[in-house]
Amino acid sequence: MAGRIEVSEQNAVMAQPQLIHARSDAPFYFAFAILGSTYVILIIAMLIADLGFTTTSHLLQALSSPEIRYAIKLSLISCTITTILSLWVGVPLGYMLSRFQFPGKGAVDAILDIPIVLPPLVIGLSLLILFQTPVFRALDDRFPITYAVPSVILAQFSVACAFAVRTMRITFDQINPRGEQVALTLGCTRGQAFWMVVLPEARRGVMTAATLAWARSLGEFGPILIFSGATRLRTEVLSTTVFLELSVGNIEAAVAVSLLMIAAAIIVLTLLRLFGSESTFGKAVEP
Amino acid sequence: MIVVKALNVRAATFALNDISFEIPNGAYGVLMGKTGSGKTTLLEALCGLRASLGGTIEFMGRDVTQLKPAERGIGYVPQDRALFSTMTIREHLAFALELRKWNDADIAKRVGELAELLGIAKLLHRQPLGLSGGEAQRVALGRALSCRPGVLILDEPLSALDDETRQEMYALLKIVREQSHVTALHVTHSRSEAQLLGDTLLKLEDGAVVPMNRPDDFAVKDSFAASSTSKGAAQ
Repeated sequence: MAGRIEVSEQNAVMAQPQLIHARSDAPFYFAFAILGSTYVILIIAMLIADLGFTTTSHLLQALSSPEIRYAIKLSLISCTITTILSLWVGVPLGYMLSRFQFPGKGAVDAILDIPIVLPPLVIGLSLLILFQTPVFRALDDRFPITYAVPSVILAQFSVACAFAVRTMRITFDQINPRGEQVALTLGCTRGQAFWMVVLPEARRGVMTAATLAWARSLGEFGPILIFSGATRLRTEVLSTTVFLELSVGNIEAAVAVSLLMIAAAIIVLTLLRLFGSESTFGKAVEP
Repeated sequence: MIVVKALNVRAATFALNDISFEIPNGAYGVLMGKTGSGKTTLLEALCGLRASLGGTIEFMGRDVTQLKPAERGIGYVPQDRALFSTMTIREHLAFALELRKWNDADIAKRVGELAELLGIAKLLHRQPLGLSGGEAQRVALGRALSCRPGVLILDEPLSALDDETRQEMYALLKIVREQSHVTALHVTHSRSEAQLLGDTLLKLEDGAVVPMNRPDDFAVKDSFAASSTSKGAAQ
């Protein structure tokens, strides 16, 4: 009888749900916020330091310099041309890597990582060596490239295009291929299905690829220094200006030009993000 | 008419060998099969989206085995509908017609007819985002039927719909069939769908397509299922 009572008491204890006293989540949020904010604070601190170092007169002085004005103009033009070229190559290459299986695909994929992981100086040196080979030297003799404006674009393109290809591949990976297959059954050729169905769906990816390519080109320095040189009023872009001004001890001008680059980057990133957004694009294409 | 003879198709993990079946002119064929049995692979081969390794495919008396998807004269409604996210519903219905260079008046007339038939006239200015499952299915059906294909291929078109919408779609598919006289191949794993819609019933099983003799096949299967259930319940 006593045993029965013991069993029933045990059952009663087991029937009760085991409750856990949950500890506060505050330490988790606090630790992640502290760790995450470190980097954001570092970026903001650098920008504030730059702003504090320079004055309006430094900026105006920099803007009045013909060399710096040339560098601004060349930077804007070369970055834009590089962006167009990067998309021109990145869209088809990204699409092929995303949609088709072909011999050597893995090798192509690995080769495309080289410009991303190689030190920038090595890319510049490699371009220089390439233009010492007979074929490229003959090309260079006919159409001057090295130490001329086209070399700036080629140096920027060598790196920026890899980012455009990566972005476009991810974009096409995220688009359901069934849409273009339906388009094929409705009467499209491969090309028509791409232009009429796939590319419109990839427009945000194209904008992102353009943003990345433009921003990478603006910040490119190492390959340009080696492959194009740093000749004032010839191959000088904004990143080269910062280097040249620093090398002669004109820190004020270097910081002023750096701020111009930061401002240009922020404006372009904001504009492209605005145009890249769904609602803005929708409004833009409405009749 | 759909005639498939000794068709061989290979997918990544399995192969369909020696597939043969026929669906008469204007008939509504339903192909049943378990998930993973290769139904979608077979449909892709019929649409020309997957290479056939052997055998022949004839649509309406024409050998289309080596033709591109665009040349096969088919309408394809995939399982996930795959609507074009940047186009309006009107543009979906006009898409195949513009490719065939119809004039604007004829396109407008055809789009109007389809919108009326499918009950999507109010949606013509909208884009696919935000459409209900039934509405999206109607648009996908309209897009596939727009250029009056001889063959309509539907891959589990009703699988993601609620019961009420599915009943509406049954009725709609029957109307479409009566009005368009299209030869259809509808893939499903739903027995009730097959019973309601199909007049040629096929089953994809162990890599082969075999005919199902309706309604006896169902009756045998249903009685078997019922007896198994009652045995299970008794145990």
